[in-house]
Amino acid sequence: MEEMILNMGPQHPSTHGVLNFLIITDGEVIHQALPNVGYLHRGIEKLAEQTPYTTFIPFTDRIDYLSAMFANHVYVMAVETLANIEVPERGEYLRVIACELNRIASHLISTGALALDIGASTPFVHWIRERECINDIMEALCGARLTYSYMRVGGVSRDISQNIKDAVLKFLDHFEPIIDEYNRLISFNGIFIKRLANVAIISQVDAVNFGLVGPNLRGSGIEMDIRRAIPYGVYDRFDFKIPIGLGFQGTLGDSYDRYFVRILEMKESCSIVRQALETLPPGDIRTKIKRNLKIRENECYTCVESARGEMGIYLVSDGSDRPYRLKIKTGSFTAMSIVEKISQGLMVADLIALIGSLDVVAPEIDR
Amino acid sequence: MKNYADQLFRFLFQAPVETSSYALIWYGLFIFLVAGALLFFAANFAGITSFVERRIAARIQSRIGPNVVGPQGILQWVADGIKLLLKEDLIPDRADRFLFRTAPYFVFSGLFTAFVALPFGFGIVAADLNIGIYYIFAVTSLVVVGIIMGGWSSNSKWAMFGALRSAAQIISYEIPTALSLIPVILLTGSLSTQDIIKSQGGMPWNWNIFHSPFTLACFIIFFISALAEGNRIPFDLPEAESELVSGYNTEYSGFRFLVFPMAEWANLWVIGAMVSLTYLGGWQIPFVSIETLSGSPWLILLSVAVFAGKTSLVVFFIIQIRWTLPRVRVDQMTLVCWTYLAPVCLASIIGTMIWMLVFPWESMAGFVIRVIMSGIGAGAVIFYIMRIRYNYLSGKAAYEKMKGIPLWYPFWRLP
Repeated sequence: MEEMILNMGPQHPSTHGVLNFLIITDGEVIHQALPNVGYLHRGIEKLAEQTPYTTFIPFTDRIDYLSAMFANHVYVMAVETLANIEVPERGEYLRVIACELNRIASHLISTGALALDIGASTPFVHWIRERECINDIMEALCGARLTYSYMRVGGVSRDISQNIKDAVLKFLDHFEPIIDEYNRLISFNGIFIKRLANVAIISQVDAVNFGLVGPNLRGSGIEMDIRRAIPYGVYDRFDFKIPIGLGFQGTLGDSYDRYFVRILEMKESCSIVRQALETLPPGDIRTKIKRNLKIRENECYTCVESARGEMGIYLVSDGSDRPYRLKIKTGSFTAMSIVEKISQGLMVADLIALIGSLDVVAPEIDR
Repeated sequence: MKNYADQLFRFLFQAPVETSSYALIWYGLFIFLVAGALLFFAANFAGITSFVERRIAARIQSRIGPNVVGPQGILQWVADGIKLLLKEDLIPDRADRFLFRTAPYFVFSGLFTAFVALPFGFGIVAADLNIGIYYIFAVTSLVVVGIIMGGWSSNSKWAMFGALRSAAQIISYEIPTALSLIPVILLTGSLSTQDIIKSQGGMPWNWNIFHSPFTLACFIIFFISALAEGNRIPFDLPEAESELVSGYNTEYSGFRFLVFPMAEWANLWVIGAMVSLTYLGGWQIPFVSIETLSGSPWLILLSVAVFAGKTSLVVFFIIQIRWTLPRVRVDQMTLVCWTYLAPVCLASIIGTMIWMLVFPWESMAGFVIRVIMSGIGAGAVIFYIMRIRYNYLSGKAAYEKMKGIPLWYPFWRLP
């Protein structure tokens, strides 16, 4: 039997950025798919060593452009932990609001792009329409639509006004019924279910062994969420469910579970934003910090639940005004490692569904 | 078409064509004229449909769509065509140059010769072949030859994937397509497109589709397999743009590339016309018998309009499906064909034969069943429209409250 070597990417419509897969196939059936990462490596971790603590925040936006808020959050949390800076309560609440809105925006792209990979282009455009509303809110809140740089060491950059609050509530009122409409359009479509259910099943053991995080891990039925497991910020004050995969249309841990967990998470995020807006305390949004922040010799690891799972930063300080070492842990990188194991015996079309359902973002893989 | 040639000759030269010594030249000239008219129609239909499809897609996706070139963007397809004409005609390195250059001709000629046997109205058909349906199947099979040639000769693995998928798909779906038309041929006793339409009537209960549950099943199967033969979503596997980059036409550029999408859009008319002539009564006008129809040129024009209207509705439905559904996988595509469509077709053929014996077309029982069946069909259409209305209204109020602009606008007005 003769095998064919197929190069998928780095210029391919559905590898979600510049990713390369070396696929060894027999016709349409994949024998082995080797992910080849590194096309988007920008050396952000090294750049951090040359940059003062407060100046590094815009770089973190570029780690994952679809959910920049979480990278902001985890970085400022690391610096605050090392420098023992207390964040005002209102600042923490605003962080939660911004992060959860960003999570919705990121999941919109993720689920829409998966539908686009399966061949339905309309859901993606509908989701882009909804995401535009979030972008408008974000623009009003922090002046940027994609790379927010909203967080500051010690708080957030701008306060929320009554107009923005109203806009957020208006959006939530509009958006929650739209999820049901979207489910009617694509999630419960027969062909869509046939394409995703029972495809690329990741067992619970594999999911843990390969270090999957976030919705990919929860899609395999493991109830693990940093917001609940290691509560940071004020997340312990909100009441929200952690949706896990239940084998909605087939086996536990298939592509459909990973997809549908994201849909359910968007609803939970809506409820968190509502709770945060209701209980938003008055007060400062930011503690004053020294202009030239110097941190004594120390090290720490902080992590947040980003849209792609646990995003962590390991920060080592040496007493100067810039980090001695900064290491970023992201969810997409570990998600890529499981592709080789899961893709054996899949069809080429299933591999695309698998990449879409793992929700990898190329710049997050390489940093 | 021969009688039209004769009439035109008599009108122009005041002499019967049979006595003229230029008869052969005249007929030859007339054939060129008709062929040119068909080509003109097919090319323009493909172009305008490309624009219409983009506008419908934009409406479905709550976008605006092309609206710059010409009034409401109606000349967008001309601009696209000119742009592609001006592009460099690239041939990949180490490609089979001869096959690569020839492939578009096969695709082009395969589809456009099908127009010869397609009727446009009462008596308006380029060649009323007595094997019309058979002829259309035969020549449209040429398209897959072109696709395989183009995909194989491109020296690209993605293009070859597309070509192989196309081969598997078309070979599979030729069978249900052909089998699902056998009930029509049984009912008519003829393969000629004009005879098939003449045997039906103007009202829905005189159409072949509502003759029996078996013909209804065959209609649905024919529609699905026609989608598959035309490479439309949910069966657009040969050019699945998210999987195979662009499938068999990945390496083509310029006008050679244009031939492939143009053939796809021209194929929409072929599918629509085949569906409406075999199952939906073709050009038959309600309450007008064929005798009165043949006497009046105005009624003939009306029959053209009726046929074009039915075809356009089918084309619209195909476009709507394309922008709604996802794509099936390659093994699911063949599975659907061999486990559902082909066996149901075979059963339906036998069922139709028995039905024809038990309830003959003229009998009262047959008529009542046909009326009931057409009632069910009307119910399905109403359900479909109400479903669209429900989905539209469910998002409308929320959207307009959020954005402050209407979700829908009439097609003659810019948003």
